[in-house]
Amino acid sequence: MDDKLIVSSSPHILDDDTTQRIMLDVAIALLPATIAAIFYFKGSAATLILLAVLTAVATEALVQKIMGRPVTINDFSAVVTGLLLGLNIPGSAAWWMPVVGSFVAIAIVKQIFGGVGHNFMNPALAGRIFLTLSWTDRMTAWITPGVDAVSTATPLAALKEAGASVPANVPSLMDTIIGNTGGSLGETSAILLILGGIYLVWRGVISAKVPGIYIGTVAVLTLLYSGFDIQYMLYHVFSGGLMIGAIYMATDYASSPVTPKGRMYFAFGCGLLTTLIRLFGAYPEGVAFSILLMNVASPLIDRYTSPRVFGEVK
Amino acid sequence: MKMKFVTFRGGIHPPEAKEATEHLKTEKAVEPTIVVIPMQQHIGAPCEPIVQAGEIVKVGQKIGEAQGFVSAPVHSSVSGIVKAVTDVPVATGNEALAVIIESDGKNEIDPSIKPKGDIEKLQPKEIVDAIKEAGIVGMGGATFPTHVKLSPPPEKNIDTIILNGAECEPYLTTDHRLMLEKPEEIVYGLKAMMKAVGVKKAYIGIENNKPDAIEVMLKAIEKEDEIKVVALQTKYPQGGEKQLIYAVTNKEVPSGGLPMEVGVIVSNVATAAQIALTIKTGMPLIERVATVTGKAIKNPKNILFKIGTPVNKLIEECGGYATTPGKLILGGPMMGNAQHTDEIPAVKGTSGILVFDQEQAKQPNPRNCIRCARCVEICPANLQPLYISENSLANRMEQAENYRALDCIECGSCSYVCPARRPLLPSIRVAKNQIIAKKREQKNNK
Ligand code: SF4
Ligand code: SF4
Repeated sequence: MDDKLIVSSSPHILDDDTTQRIMLDVAIALLPATIAAIFYFKGSAATLILLAVLTAVATEALVQKIMGRPVTINDFSAVVTGLLLGLNIPGSAAWWMPVVGSFVAIAIVKQIFGGVGHNFMNPALAGRIFLTLSWTDRMTAWITPGVDAVSTATPLAALKEAGASVPANVPSLMDTIIGNTGGSLGETSAILLILGGIYLVWRGVISAKVPGIYIGTVAVLTLLYSGFDIQYMLYHVFSGGLMIGAIYMATDYASSPVTPKGRMYFAFGCGLLTTLIRLFGAYPEGVAFSILLMNVASPLIDRYTSPRVFGEVK
Repeated sequence: MKMKFVTFRGGIHPPEAKEATEHLKTEKAVEPTIVVIPMQQHIGAPCEPIVQAGEIVKVGQKIGEAQGFVSAPVHSSVSGIVKAVTDVPVATGNEALAVIIESDGKNEIDPSIKPKGDIEKLQPKEIVDAIKEAGIVGMGGATFPTHVKLSPPPEKNIDTIILNGAECEPYLTTDHRLMLEKPEEIVYGLKAMMKAVGVKKAYIGIENNKPDAIEVMLKAIEKEDEIKVVALQTKYPQGGEKQLIYAVTNKEVPSGGLPMEVGVIVSNVATAAQIALTIKTGMPLIERVATVTGKAIKNPKNILFKIGTPVNKLIEECGGYATTPGKLILGGPMMGNAQHTDEIPAVKGTSGILVFDQEQAKQPNPRNCIRCARCVEICPANLQPLYISENSLANRMEQAENYRALDCIECGSCSYVCPARRPLLPSIRVAKNQIIAKKREQKNNK
């Protein structure tokens, strides 16, 4: 029996959670919002999301094969990227847009930098921005949910035009919260995105602090800006990409800081930038750019927020 | 019972896996026919054997003389005849010098074994000498000679002793059982230590997953004004020296420093009980308790064995293997060492014999770090294990040092939580060893 005993260094037990399990959890958390997207935007949504996911997985396998790396599509991280990208495009998008977006996200942003964990930007967000910059019109051609989709303005665009108050032409707050408004496929249903977020916090995949601080910062700043107009604040909180961004993208491991303090600064920075862009920038929406900017700042944040080592005298 | 549960920052909650043995009374192992007693069972210089093949020895007779101050003598655990003094495979994976004794089954006690007298009457130095002569070492598994701990340099102002009854390693239940079965001995040994270093304040720290032990120990210290029982949160590594001190006294041992720098000495409950035994009967450290457990053990037990009993004999006494063993660990699953073979002696530091089945022994496949930061969140030393490991693997030892690799207490929590199964602790260990080796070299060159 002796030669069969395995000798390895301690520890000899490991936690049940694996990369695979974590990514699967994120996919599970996104499921309600995905279903809602299909419910609101019908068949086109299903096709677009499916194409995004399939392209992401196929690209990952292909690039890993070409680069001679072990193929790790079974860790579900490509599924998550594809899903997030799919949820980040409008229901009116052409079929090739999720394909291009996922390809860029995986092949360029993720794999060129060494694969999962090495990408300094969130791949799905980078994919979305790439699409927005390349095909701005198509990426902002928002439509109303439903079969007879007509083009519409998002609540945020309406808000932007009106300045620091809630205009009359925005959808009702209730519709905004449940997602019955124009916007990207997955970013509209705040309530379902929050539901998934609660699941992720419960599973220990993310800390509630990051989305909490992010959304909280936006809430406080818009409240101040509007002179304590609670309705105005609620529209900002519940519409656009804030929920999906704060819960699913700002919490992306690879592109955010690893120190506990750093993650909080990161979340605050995202909130601040998002509000600034929304209120004063050229675009009505600033979530994607804010997170990407903070992604770039992450290594720096990490450097300046190293925790004090136990017993260290500073 | 209302108590505040104290703890430290970070840490993990591995499955405790203590159910198999926590309710089992400690059993005495069958007399071994052969004992193999290594000359080094402690941190420090190995002993020189002072017996030869063919010599008759008695129980408690010294057979290995300590070399230098940081060393601990070893004694025969049986009466019988010395068969050989030779190199044998030991727990480190290497061979080391040991005295092999065939028992005559009579257990005749060496005439030198006499009670040391009452602690009230003993001088501090006499207590320390008795501990030193008895070869007592830290029985929690660290095996640092206890008399060295109890001889702090005079300029250090020691005011507190903490007894570790946390037993935070999963699977192990020996300290738990000891607290239930021999609480007076633990208190007696603690008082001896307090007298030896002249301190007036002591704590016994116990994790709150052992409420029965907390209750029993509270009872045992009812009349002791200077001793307190502290209930600790159940969390690994609660029994880590620095973590325990922090939980109990709120003091941080300075980075790179020893507990005595904050005026504390930490010892283990089993060590205290052994000190009591030595003072009361004169018997040196020749027996200890180990938890023999794990999926591949048929009847897990807490077993009192004679030092030098072969591990496979102890496993046999627990009904043998229930299935093909996959991994054999001496100590607990977090910090214990995996062994090549079960044909090695159980020694002073053997607190557990843990055998996994083949499924549990499977080695995981490391993947890319996903920067989930779990290792950062739980590191009790507040380090960033992912960066130390990354630098170590890329052979950037200076960077690893900048990330303060040397502050790692090797608890293994980071490897435990890592969802990507990164070999964090092993790579951090490599960095530590290299950094220390380099420091030594620089010192020698000066
Ligand atoms: S726990 Fe593992 S995967 Fe997570 S940051 Fe640390 S090393 Fe990376
Ligand atoms: S880095 Fe060291 S101290 Fe920190 S968790 Fe890992 S093994 Fe423990």
